[in-house]
Amino acid sequence: MSRSIASAMGPGGESLVKELGFTALIGLALTVPLISYETIDDVGGLQLQGRWAATAFIVAALVMGRLGIILLRTPGRETWVAAGGALAAVVGLLDLFRDTVAGVLGLERWPAISPSYTLAFLLGVGGAVLAIRAAVQISRRNSAISKAERDARMESLGEQVRKLVRVFAAVAVLFALTLPFMPFSNRYVMDVGTLIVTYVMLGWGLNIIVGYAGLLDLGYVAFYAVGAYSYALGAQYLGVSFWLALPFAGLLAASFGLILGFPVLRLRGDYFAIVTLGFGEIIRIILINWYDVTNGPDGISGIPRPDFFGLATMTRRGSDGLPAFHEYFGLEYSSEHRVIFLYYLIVAMAALVAVFTVRIRRLPIGRAWEALREDDIACASLGINRTTVKLAAFGISAAWGGFAGAFFATRQGFISPESFTFIESAIILAIVVMGGMGSLVGIAIAAALLIGLPEVFRDLAEYRMVAFGAGLVMIMIWRPRGLLSHREPSVLLADRSPPGRPVPAKAVAAGEVAQ
Amino acid sequence: MMLQVEGVHTFYGAIEALKGVDLHVDEGEIVALIGANGAGKSTLLMTICGVAKARRGRITFAGSEITAERTDDIVRRGVACSPEGRRIFPRMTVLENLRMGALTADPERYDENLAAVFELFPRLKERAQQRGGTLSGGEQQMLAIGRALMSEPTLLLLDEPSLGLAPLVVKQIFEAIRRINAQRRMTVLLVEQNAHHALRLAHRGYVLVTGQITMTGTGQELLENPEVKAAYLEGGHA
Repeated sequence: MSRSIASAMGPGGESLVKELGFTALIGLALTVPLISYETIDDVGGLQLQGRWAATAFIVAALVMGRLGIILLRTPGRETWVAAGGALAAVVGLLDLFRDTVAGVLGLERWPAISPSYTLAFLLGVGGAVLAIRAAVQISRRNSAISKAERDARMESLGEQVRKLVRVFAAVAVLFALTLPFMPFSNRYVMDVGTLIVTYVMLGWGLNIIVGYAGLLDLGYVAFYAVGAYSYALGAQYLGVSFWLALPFAGLLAASFGLILGFPVLRLRGDYFAIVTLGFGEIIRIILINWYDVTNGPDGISGIPRPDFFGLATMTRRGSDGLPAFHEYFGLEYSSEHRVIFLYYLIVAMAALVAVFTVRIRRLPIGRAWEALREDDIACASLGINRTTVKLAAFGISAAWGGFAGAFFATRQGFISPESFTFIESAIILAIVVMGGMGSLVGIAIAAALLIGLPEVFRDLAEYRMVAFGAGLVMIMIWRPRGLLSHREPSVLLADRSPPGRPVPAKAVAAGEVAQ
Repeated sequence: MMLQVEGVHTFYGAIEALKGVDLHVDEGEIVALIGANGAGKSTLLMTICGVAKARRGRITFAGSEITAERTDDIVRRGVACSPEGRRIFPRMTVLENLRMGALTADPERYDENLAAVFELFPRLKERAQQRGGTLSGGEQQMLAIGRALMSEPTLLLLDEPSLGLAPLVVKQIFEAIRRINAQRRMTVLLVEQNAHHALRLAHRGYVLVTGQITMTGTGQELLENPEVKAAYLEGGHA
C-alpha cells in the first residue's frame, strides 16, 4: 500500500513516506512512556489506564505537521499547507475554549476533537505556525522585489513601528492611569495590575544594569529583598512609617549594590553573572538563618500599610490622631480605596523610574553605561573610569529594586524568604531580555505578557504554564533580540535633514539638542 | 619634550613584551613607530596610555610622571588614544560616538570641537545620525580619530590607522593625520605596519624589533636605510 501512496505523490514520494513513518515512530516512542498511561485510584489500589486516544491524536498531529513542513519545501503547494494549518488552528482554538464556544452557540457540549486542553492548545499553535509559514512563503514568492527594495521597505516599516510605539506608550500610560475607574475593574483586576506594574518597575530597574551597562545580573532579587526587609524590620523594631522607610530602603539596597559591586566588577561575562547569582542566594539564606532578627522562614507578618501621605490612614477607622481616608475625603468606606491607592503608588514609583531612566540616558553617565556595554576597552581609552561608572549603575539599579521591595512588603503585609528565590531574578531578567534590552516600552509589554499571561490562561488550570512557555519560545523564535530592540539615539544634530544630505553649517555650530 | 619613555619593560604574565624601550616625542612632531607583527608596538602604546602597566621604567608626559596612573587620568591629562581595530561603538550613532570622546573635554567647546572634526572629515557629518556599525572601514577609522580628537588632546596616539583599509582610503587617512598635525600643531605618535606611508608622513621614526628599539632617525633616513628597506618596505610598496 505504501508503494501506491508513494507513486501517487510523484517523484520523491518514497522518501516522503519514509520520513513520515519515521516521524510517527519517534512520536510514538516519546508518547508511549510519557503520556499513554495514567494512574487512577481504583478499589484495588492504583491502576494503569491507557490513554490511547491522546496517543493516536499526538502521532496523527505530528505526522500531519511533518507533512506540512515537507510540502513547504517544494514551491507550489503552500496554499494547501496554509489551508490545512489554518483549519488545525481553528479547531485547536475552538477546542481550547470549548465551554465558551458551546455557550455562545447554545449547544450543550462542543464536540471537541482534541482529547485535552493542552493538546488543543498545541494543535492550535502548531497549525497557526504552519499556516503563517506558508503564507510568508507565498507572499515572498509573489513579491518579486529586489533585496534593496525590501530593505528600504523594512526600514520604513520600522519607522512606522517606532511611531506606533510612541502612540502605544501614550495609550498604555493613559490606560494605567484610568484602570481603577474602568467598568470591568474589580479587586482582582487591580491586584493583577499592581503586580504587573511592580514587575514593570523591577524590569526598568534591572534594565539599568543589564540593558544599559550590559552586565548580566542574576541576583537582582537580592536588592528587592533588602528593600522589603528593611521596611518590614524597620516597622517591626523601630516603628518607622512607610514614607520614612521608603528612601531608607532604597539607600540600603543601593549600598548593598555597592558592596556587591566592588568585588565583582573586575569579573566579566559568565563569571560576573555567577557571582551575582551567588549574592542573591546569600541574601536569601541569611534571611532564612538569621532567625533572631528576621524570624527566618516564618517571615514577618503584620507589616503596616502606608498611610495617605501622613494625612489619613487607609484603614476603616483612623488611628494615631489621623482620620480614616473615607472620612478625610467624605466618602463612603470601601476596602477598594486601599487597593487603588496602592496601585497608584506603584504606578507613581514606576513612572519615577521611567522619567529618571529617560533623563539619565542623555547625561554623560548614561552614555558611558551604553558605551561600556558596547566596548569596554574603547571606554577606557576615552577616559571613562570604568569602576565608578559600573558602580553607579549597580547602586542606582539596586536602589530601584529596594524601592520596589519596600512597596512589596507594605502591599503584602507579610514577607518571607520564600518570596525572594532565584525564580524571581529569572523572571525579572526574562522581562528585560524579552522586552528588548534598553527599551522601556518593550520591557513594559514583556512584563504585562509574562505576568499577565499566566493570569489570562488561568482557565487552562495547570496547563497555563505550558501556554506561558510556548509564548516564551515564540518570542525567542521571532524576536530573538527582544520585542522592541530599537534604540533611540541620545543626541541628534539640530537640523534633522536625512542622512546623506549635507547639513547646513549653522546647524552644526548650534550643536546638538536632546531629542 | 612632550612624551618621554625611559627603559620601559612590560610583561604579559611571564612574557616580556617590551624589553627596555626608550623613546621620546617632541611637541608638534609626528613620530612613527614601525615594526613587524608581534614586535610590541601596540603594547608600547597601551603602556603609554595605562591599559597595560610597565613593570620597570618611567613614562613622563608634559613633565609629570604617568607610569602608574589610571587610563582615565592619563586621558584627562591630554593623551588621546585611538586603539587598534578602531573600536568605535557600533550601536551608537556617529554623533553619539563623537560625544563619548568629548567626555573629558570642556563642554563649552563641544560645538567648536565637533565642527572642527566635521570640517576634517565631512563624511562624518553626512552620516552623523547613522549607527557606527553601518559605516565602512575607512569611515569607522575617521570616526575613531575624530572621537579621539573630541577630547582636546595635546598628544594623539594612533594604533594602526591603516589596518584593513583599501590603499586609496589609507591615503585619505594619512592625509588627514598630516592636516591635523600641520593645522593644529597636534603631536602624533603613530604605530604602523604600513612602514612606507608612516615614514613618509612622520618627522621621525623608530623601529621596534621584539620589544626593543633597534633604529631611529628622521622619516627620510629610515626610508632610505637598506635594513629598513629590506625588512619593512620590500614587497609591493613603491
